[in-house]
Amino acid sequence: MEVLLAIIIGILYAAGIYMMLRRSLVKLIIGIILLGNGANLLIFLLGRITEGAPPIIPGESKVFLEAYADPVPQALILTAIVISFGLQSFAIILVKRAHKVVKTDDLDEMNATDEDS
Amino acid sequence: MLTAILLGFLFALFLVFTGKFFRGKMAILSALIPAGLFAYFASFIPKISSGEIISRTYQWVPAFGVDLSFKLDGLSLLFSLMITGIGFLVFAYTASYLRGHKYLDRFYGYLSLFMAAMLGLVLSDNLISMFVFWELTSISSFFLIGFNNTNPASRKSALTALGITGFGGFSLLAGALLLGSISGTYSISEMLSMKEAIAGSEYYILAVVFIFVAAFTKSAQFPFHFWLPGAMKAPTPVSTYLHSATMVKAGIYLLMRFTPVLGDQEFWNTTLIIVGGVTMVYSAVHALFRTDLKGVLAYSTISALGILVFLIGLGSKDAFLAASVFIIVHALYKATLFLVTGIIDHQTGTRDVTKLAGLRKIMMPVAIAGILAAISSAGIPPTVGFLGKELTYEASLHAEAFTVVIVVAIVLTKILLLWAGFVAGIKPFTGKLSEEYTNVKAPDFLMWGPAIILAVLGLIFGIFPMIIESALVKPVVSALGADASEYHLALWHGFNTVLLLSAITIAVGVLLYFLVKPSVKLENKIGKLEFISPKSILEKGTHYFNVFSAFWTNVFQNGYLRNYVTTIVLFLVVLVSYIMFGSSRVVIDHTQLSQVTAYELVVALILIAGVFYTVFTKSRLAAVAAMGVVGLAICLIFVFYSAPDLAMTQFSIDTLTVILFVLVLYRLPKYLTLSDYKMRIRDGVLSAALGTVICLLALQVLAEPTNSEVGDFYAKNAYIMAKGKNVVNVILVDFRGIDTFMEISVLAIAAIGVFGLLKLRLKSTDRSQ
Repeated sequence: MEVLLAIIIGILYAAGIYMMLRRSLVKLIIGIILLGNGANLLIFLLGRITEGAPPIIPGESKVFLEAYADPVPQALILTAIVISFGLQSFAIILVKRAHKVVKTDDLDEMNATDEDS
Repeated sequence: MLTAILLGFLFALFLVFTGKFFRGKMAILSALIPAGLFAYFASFIPKISSGEIISRTYQWVPAFGVDLSFKLDGLSLLFSLMITGIGFLVFAYTASYLRGHKYLDRFYGYLSLFMAAMLGLVLSDNLISMFVFWELTSISSFFLIGFNNTNPASRKSALTALGITGFGGFSLLAGALLLGSISGTYSISEMLSMKEAIAGSEYYILAVVFIFVAAFTKSAQFPFHFWLPGAMKAPTPVSTYLHSATMVKAGIYLLMRFTPVLGDQEFWNTTLIIVGGVTMVYSAVHALFRTDLKGVLAYSTISALGILVFLIGLGSKDAFLAASVFIIVHALYKATLFLVTGIIDHQTGTRDVTKLAGLRKIMMPVAIAGILAAISSAGIPPTVGFLGKELTYEASLHAEAFTVVIVVAIVLTKILLLWAGFVAGIKPFTGKLSEEYTNVKAPDFLMWGPAIILAVLGLIFGIFPMIIESALVKPVVSALGADASEYHLALWHGFNTVLLLSAITIAVGVLLYFLVKPSVKLENKIGKLEFISPKSILEKGTHYFNVFSAFWTNVFQNGYLRNYVTTIVLFLVVLVSYIMFGSSRVVIDHTQLSQVTAYELVVALILIAGVFYTVFTKSRLAAVAAMGVVGLAICLIFVFYSAPDLAMTQFSIDTLTVILFVLVLYRLPKYLTLSDYKMRIRDGVLSAALGTVICLLALQVLAEPTNSEVGDFYAKNAYIMAKGKNVVNVILVDFRGIDTFMEISVLAIAAIGVFGLLKLRLKSTDRSQ
């Protein structure tokens, strides 16, 4: 499964970068989201994957009695997912706004800072 | 001593608040500062001449070995006296020269800033603090050259000077750090005892080159000399003070200061002789082709500095003696000539030497000063200039190699300098007064007084050389590491080769003066060679550098996001794959891997299909939906591999994103394919390369052993310390609670931003039509 996950991560990265290289703003955002997903999975994989052993202390005991998944990468990824939502929602609204003002979502028409260009 | 150095800085600061007071008639009062300092330093003469060395150390940054340590020996005493003495005369002269100038107080501020920096430079015993003062002199010089800041030529000259001397300062810092790391100290006195260790170091040559570049830029040696004629755009008091008597001699000072540490090595001596020799001949010849009085003086100053470098390079006792006498000689006569030129310029409004003649009828005292300075510069007895020249010839005759070449070069230079001195000091005053200038007013005492004091001093020191001998000259020579106690300065040394050379110099020089008159024709001739001068080469260089920078910036900072991304990704791919494939092979250990079950395979296939559909679909809505599918598939992977919290978060966030997208996107224009086929192939290849690299990287990391120490800590303590059983949650809200709090703040800011963007109404002007 690890090899399969590595391939999936590769595909997500490739797709993310490919979309970021397009001229459409919407595609750019989709690309960033795909890239973010790839990065999350990468961290997850590199923290070593464990099947069926969530890092939750069972029942009455105070410590783990059996093997458990590493909680640190999970905490990191959880933070990353939430933060990336903040970024995505802001970017999506910004696209809408930009479209309203400059009537395009073509990045090449947005590469000047002057309003009149 | 610290007070003495800081006095100039304090006065400059004081002027900021009381400028108005000093702008008017009270300007002359500011001359009291250099006068007081001169008296203070003069009081050390008896102690220094008896061989004492006075040092004071104030701690500054002890952790780095940087102290404000000052050392007053013969060498620094001579320079301190020159700085404060000529400073006093220049301050007084300025009061009249710039009388009523709008920014007179500012000018005094810069001057006293410079004076303090220069004193700090020559008194510093710590290389780092010396560097700081060195830079301060460059900066104050920049302000003074560009004092007429409405004149573009002034500003340009100031910038050139700052560029060249700033480059030298940088080199000084490099040399200081290098010497510091070789010897383990920044104290110059301590380096003295490590002469052999430094000379034996493999970095000796490099350190010397750095020190040389610093000295040559500051003292305008070929090929860095061209900033000095440009610096003549400054008001004349500045030219007198900075660019003939003091600042340009900072490089000479540096070389002399380091002679006992770095000197007496073949590389040191040969380089100095060659550079000094080329400079003195090159710029003495150049002086012939100038018609601006200040231009003549600028080139003759460069030439004199060349002679000093050359003498330090000779490295014999005679040469050090000659150099220390010549510093005094040059400061006296060159400052006088500059002051005289300033008076002429101020009264007649021109410095064109072809137009000036017969001014003695109007300004007799100035004429006396000028003529005295001219004969001192020519080395005609009984002036002190004669002493300087005799000693210089003596030292050249005793040169170890190429004696003939050296003697010819020095005699030629002296002949040309005699011509330059006569043109500047005698020509404007002799001959017939042009009618244009018959109504010129005589200058007041404040202007001609300083000039005549300096000129007469040149005469007195010549007739009674014993005044300067034990007080100034010998302590300097002993500071340079030679012993000259046997020697006595005197005008008359009997009939010998030196006297013969002197006679030849004077005869040929005077003949040349009568034969060659400065003219515009000559100036035009040299102008034709301008294109191969170091100055124009440097200007062209900076021009092309600017062009190249603009080109470079346009290539990389072109405003196209995808180009930035391409550059970054390409660089990443090349670098990572170079490291990865250069070092090791990817090894996959099958025993460590978990099995792929059927439902995992299905989820993986859905995910991959979703990704491809997102990329290649022509519909925006379909792309967003497919992206949602990808997110949910990842959510399932989290479920399979023991991350229920991640799965829940991913699920809700993914859903929200898709909903938000759909809400917003139906208003957007048609989903266009904007790029052509070729471009898509190129991007596809690049993306695939990155994907492959990341994939291989992940596999390679998996082959390395992992460390779960941190995870174990949290797992062990989650319940015991934080009373929570879900370790991930405990980490987020307890162990790393502050981080989570910050994250919430970020989200809140994003939410405010979203709200603002949604609610903000467009003004009619913002809406593009």
